[in-house]
Amino acid sequence: MLRADNLTFVHGGAPKPTPGVVSPNTTDNRSGSACQALPGVQGVSLSVERGSVVGLLGPNGSGKTTLLRLLAGMLEPASGTVSLDGRPIAKMDARARARRIAVVPQETHLAFDYTVLEIALMGRYPHLGVFELEGPRDVQIARDALAATGTSALERRLFATLSGGEKQRVVIASALAQQADILLLDEPTASLDVGYQFEIANLLGRLNKARGLTIVVATHDLNFAAGLCQSLVLVSEGRVVNAGPTNDTLTSLNIQALYGVVADVYPHHAAGHLTVVPLRKVNRD
Amino acid sequence: MIDGGALAGATVRRRLLVWVPIFGAVAFLAIIGAPLIGTTPIRLDRVFDRSLPFADNVDAQIFFIARLPRALAGALVGATLAAAGVVFQALLRNPLATPFTLGVSAGSALGAMLAITFRLHLSFWGVSAVTAASFIGSIGAVAIVYALARARHRGFSTNVLLLAGVTLNSFFSALILFVQYLADSSEAMRTMRWLMGDLDVAGFGPIVASLPLCAAALVAFAWLPRALNLLSLDADAAASRGVNVLRVQRVAFFSASMATGAAVSLGGPIGFIGIIVPHLVRLIVGADHRVVLPASALFGAAFLVACDVLARTAMAPVEVPVGIITALIGGPFFLWLLVRQR
Repeated sequence: MLRADNLTFVHGGAPKPTPGVVSPNTTDNRSGSACQALPGVQGVSLSVERGSVVGLLGPNGSGKTTLLRLLAGMLEPASGTVSLDGRPIAKMDARARARRIAVVPQETHLAFDYTVLEIALMGRYPHLGVFELEGPRDVQIARDALAATGTSALERRLFATLSGGEKQRVVIASALAQQADILLLDEPTASLDVGYQFEIANLLGRLNKARGLTIVVATHDLNFAAGLCQSLVLVSEGRVVNAGPTNDTLTSLNIQALYGVVADVYPHHAAGHLTVVPLRKVNRD
Repeated sequence: MIDGGALAGATVRRRLLVWVPIFGAVAFLAIIGAPLIGTTPIRLDRVFDRSLPFADNVDAQIFFIARLPRALAGALVGATLAAAGVVFQALLRNPLATPFTLGVSAGSALGAMLAITFRLHLSFWGVSAVTAASFIGSIGAVAIVYALARARHRGFSTNVLLLAGVTLNSFFSALILFVQYLADSSEAMRTMRWLMGDLDVAGFGPIVASLPLCAAALVAFAWLPRALNLLSLDADAAASRGVNVLRVQRVAFFSASMATGAAVSLGGPIGFIGIIVPHLVRLIVGADHRVVLPASALFGAAFLVACDVLARTAMAPVEVPVGIITALIGGPFFLWLLVRQR
């Protein structure tokens, strides 16, 4: 079980993933987000049961990404603790932590032309010593991860030549090759069309059912969350405002409070889950 | 060329076993071959003729005393600058970052210039004052780049990086000219040659003097490649996979500065090696730093030795400083890369 207790991370452009870390980036300003001021979080507590799929919902700047990073141990909270099966992750060795928790960032831009297989193999980092080279077993694990995400055929392609959906699946494969039991995803469908969104949702659902992966996903896509997540955590201005099973949490009232949007929420029989239809924008609260 | 270089599907072990011996052989041939070429032709079989004593063997004397030190200096400087280029590029996630384009070479040259001009001939722990001053200069320049890279507002774009490099280069160049202006004119000609990049070392002494720093830097580099692979994706992605990002960045910045300082103190601020070599090597072996780093070091050695042969022979008996040759090749190459970048 992944647990956060009373986490606080101070707002105000004091991102300290690890102080002094350079996060330059060549292509845009999103991938090197450690440079940017992250929204803070205040007194956040939540728990993620083993084998569950939890969605983090909240408006832009509400602290979802900050929360994911705190959960992954990539940020140090100003106060509070994140613990994994009762052990504080701050006390875990970075590689040991990476063997338990894998992260899929929102977008990945490469400075160099790596092949798809090379990207997948990078997931093996926490399993190998400094001078150790990947053996046949590691290659097999990376290939299995590519197969699980339906990207085996792309193995020799250069990552930069892939479409958005293919890239996202390869990055997920790389996280799978890490063989962690907890997968944290930051808006995995943000730049994808509806076909790819559907594919990613299916993939994550399958990974949860077949492999028992625990999944925490931050998303703006309410229907994606409704279809995939068993429970939701609603975040606003750095605080958890509501949390619980998806069916109890994804309500018109909560959506209006969170986004300032009047929405119709009803069970869709063909889809088999709740469906959200936004109707109009109003003022929040 | 197939995507991801030849042998793209092969394991890193196999690629290392193929490419390191090949590039190693190229470097070895360059080092052995270069001294055979020159205004006075010599033959390899006579160089190693055991029937003649060394004192009477003119070919051996030319080979070992006059030309081999120069080839070895070229190999050491080429290997170190190329490897430093690879490290800077991965660290700053920018294929155009090199000791030269970042202004690190110029900072290093300023340090060395000061030491040469003010005749600091001290030596401590086997490191000469010129090498040490050169290292301090490169650390200073890297500190400025590092501070810029840490600037919180916005990401660190290619434009900022290149502009910072241009600025640092001209700033340090101005200081170098100032130092030169103050120095007496007999010294000026000597330093001028050195500033253009010159491998005309007198004997093995200077090579030995810069060897400790070069060796230390190359040993530090050996520890980096796997982490560099991940860092070149994204600092966050690296951190999430268990890379100690801060420690790797520090070791990389420090060792790359050390490498640049040592190389510049030996051969002057020879430009563009750090960009030409890694790019050609990546085209051949793919992007994995575990292969790119050793292959670039070996190919860098061969490349600079070959450039130096050209420098010695192109306008013989006049010797062109090798920095001019690398700049003539590297300038257009750099522009081509800049245009090609999306």
